[in-house]
Amino acid sequence: MSELLQTTINTLAVGGLYALIALGYTLVYGILRFINFAHSDVVAWGGWLAFTVAGAAGWLAEDGAPVFAVVLVVIATMGLCAAIGVTIERLAYRPLRSAPRLNVLITAIGVSLFLQNVGLKLFGNRPRSISAGTALIRNNEPIAAFADVRILRFDVLPIVLSVALLIGLQWLVYRTRMGRGMRAVAFDERVASLMGVNVNRVVTLTFGLGSALAAVGGILFALRVDLQQTAEAAWVVLGLKAFVAAVVGGIGNVRGAAAGALLIAFVEVFVHTYIVKAFPGRLWIAQLQDIYVFGILILVLLFRPSGLLGKSSVEKV
Amino acid sequence: MKSLQERVAALRPSLPAALGRSALPFLIAIGLAYLIDAAIGPAIGATWRKILLDVGIAILLAGSLNIVNGYAGQFSLGHAGFMLVGGYTAAWLTFYGGIHWFGVKGTYGGFLGAGQLLFLGSCVLGGLVAAGFGALVGLPSLRLRGDYLAIVTLGFGEILNRLVQITDRQPKRVEDVQGRSLFELANNLGGAESFSQIPGYTTLFFVYVFAFVLLVFAYRLKYSSRGRGLLAVRENEIAAEAMGVDTTRAKVVAFVFSAFWGGVGGALYAHQISTLSPGELSFQKSIDIVLIVVIGGMGSITGVVLGAAILVILPELAREFADYRMIVYALALVVVMILRPQGIMGVRELWDTSPWRRLVQRLRGGQP
Repeated sequence: MSELLQTTINTLAVGGLYALIALGYTLVYGILRFINFAHSDVVAWGGWLAFTVAGAAGWLAEDGAPVFAVVLVVIATMGLCAAIGVTIERLAYRPLRSAPRLNVLITAIGVSLFLQNVGLKLFGNRPRSISAGTALIRNNEPIAAFADVRILRFDVLPIVLSVALLIGLQWLVYRTRMGRGMRAVAFDERVASLMGVNVNRVVTLTFGLGSALAAVGGILFALRVDLQQTAEAAWVVLGLKAFVAAVVGGIGNVRGAAAGALLIAFVEVFVHTYIVKAFPGRLWIAQLQDIYVFGILILVLLFRPSGLLGKSSVEKV
Repeated sequence: MKSLQERVAALRPSLPAALGRSALPFLIAIGLAYLIDAAIGPAIGATWRKILLDVGIAILLAGSLNIVNGYAGQFSLGHAGFMLVGGYTAAWLTFYGGIHWFGVKGTYGGFLGAGQLLFLGSCVLGGLVAAGFGALVGLPSLRLRGDYLAIVTLGFGEILNRLVQITDRQPKRVEDVQGRSLFELANNLGGAESFSQIPGYTTLFFVYVFAFVLLVFAYRLKYSSRGRGLLAVRENEIAAEAMGVDTTRAKVVAFVFSAFWGGVGGALYAHQISTLSPGELSFQKSIDIVLIVVIGGMGSITGVVLGAAILVILPELAREFADYRMIVYALALVVVMILRPQGIMGVRELWDTSPWRRLVQRLRGGQP
């Protein structure tokens, strides 16, 4: 019973993290119909920028930092990453708005490589720690512990943050004029512009939002594991899991991203808790953890390409 | 008066003549490769020899990717996986086989001796095994387009990479190897560490034999009806299907051919650098190959050769800027996509360009 509870909490925490990043993918895909390969690199930059900002402000000292400092760092990083996202859109994607999808995909790969390698140069290639000993947040103590269940601060943070941001996004997309514009552009770009929606502004907002969320995702991820260098596979795998979450939930669909993220997180936690621990020392099962993500993606794309919450669209000739 | 059949039969060349004409380019290829190896190679110094070798292997890798990315228009990001499969298969055969049958760990025998023949066989075997995986990878392509296909092929490349990493370690001592059969040893591919001490059979000759054969193959494929079918699938799949092209078969076949030559390229690569490590043959390598195809021109054979030459030689010339290499590549990719998305050559070949045509016309004595 307590293990079940622990699993649930872990799932929610990891799922929240994935959801934040998956939203970036799904928002961009919904509006522009392309997969922003560079998104996982914005996530990486989010983590590193937070580290840099916190370091510059002297908050990475041994005794940790007050809560308001954390909030400031997060907000600052969100702003910086939003700027990055908007710039990428403006310089690399906007000129190709009417180009074949393949070209945009290749460009996205180019942007991704660019971000990775510039990040490598800027931030160095040694992994750093943003948490634990040099505490950005004061120790990762259990907030509550009963039976065998430990709710860590680092678990609560993603859950709270992602729920809050998801609710905020839901409000934005469904209750504001701008959100209506986003939904209109996602539905049909040309007609939306005929109806007076400023498509460029909508696209800019989407990229900014997605990147800001990615920044939070990057920070949360960096709090869990050491900050790996930007060209490191860890970020690509993270981005890929989030992308699979978006696809599984139904890409282009905000709630779908959240649902997909929970599902992927659940599978991951489940595999880790029950399968990996049951066969200790069997290294190949740990390797399988990366494979299962692709396996899920391939299965979903083959059998239910529109995802769990997506609407299937028929391709008309 | 002769019947229609007799007249048609008279026009058709005899079987030996037809075979001869068909085989001629391959004989020329072998001759040229030998020339490069025996005459040009020794004359240009060690650095440039290595560069020439690298260009040859790049032509193999990019030329093979060109079949699926360029001709069929299916965006594959998992080519490193085929390299991996081909390389490891070939290395398995030459390393363990060499110990079993020749008793030595290094290269064995002279030009076209037993060792080199084993190597030749291992390259072909590597290609065949890779082709098998190519069919596997090609199957999802039937239901996926563009972005999704790219991600799935990327996934396959990574899966192959992970699969190699869960194999057992490579026994390096001759005694350890001789006690076990080749099939047993198929699981000993080094795991996450590298597979080392691969005999260095790769020479300019072999690289360019395979490269030229691939080029002839690609040329013949492009101008055959099957190749036109592939190009049609690239342009508009639904229209192609409506015109009677079996798009299913076309796409899978493209993957199979592409994987075969990718595997051969991987095998040659393995025997050049003597050490295969899974970390090297990952997504990054796939991107490097994609870069060559994109910049050279997706679908153009001459473009691929040009791209391979440029992207292998330029980094050598700009050694001091090695740090910034990837950044420049990334920027180049973005800029090319915005300013000249078809790459240098597009789908056209050298002989389709106007300067060439004008030259040919002038040589033929026609008006300019």
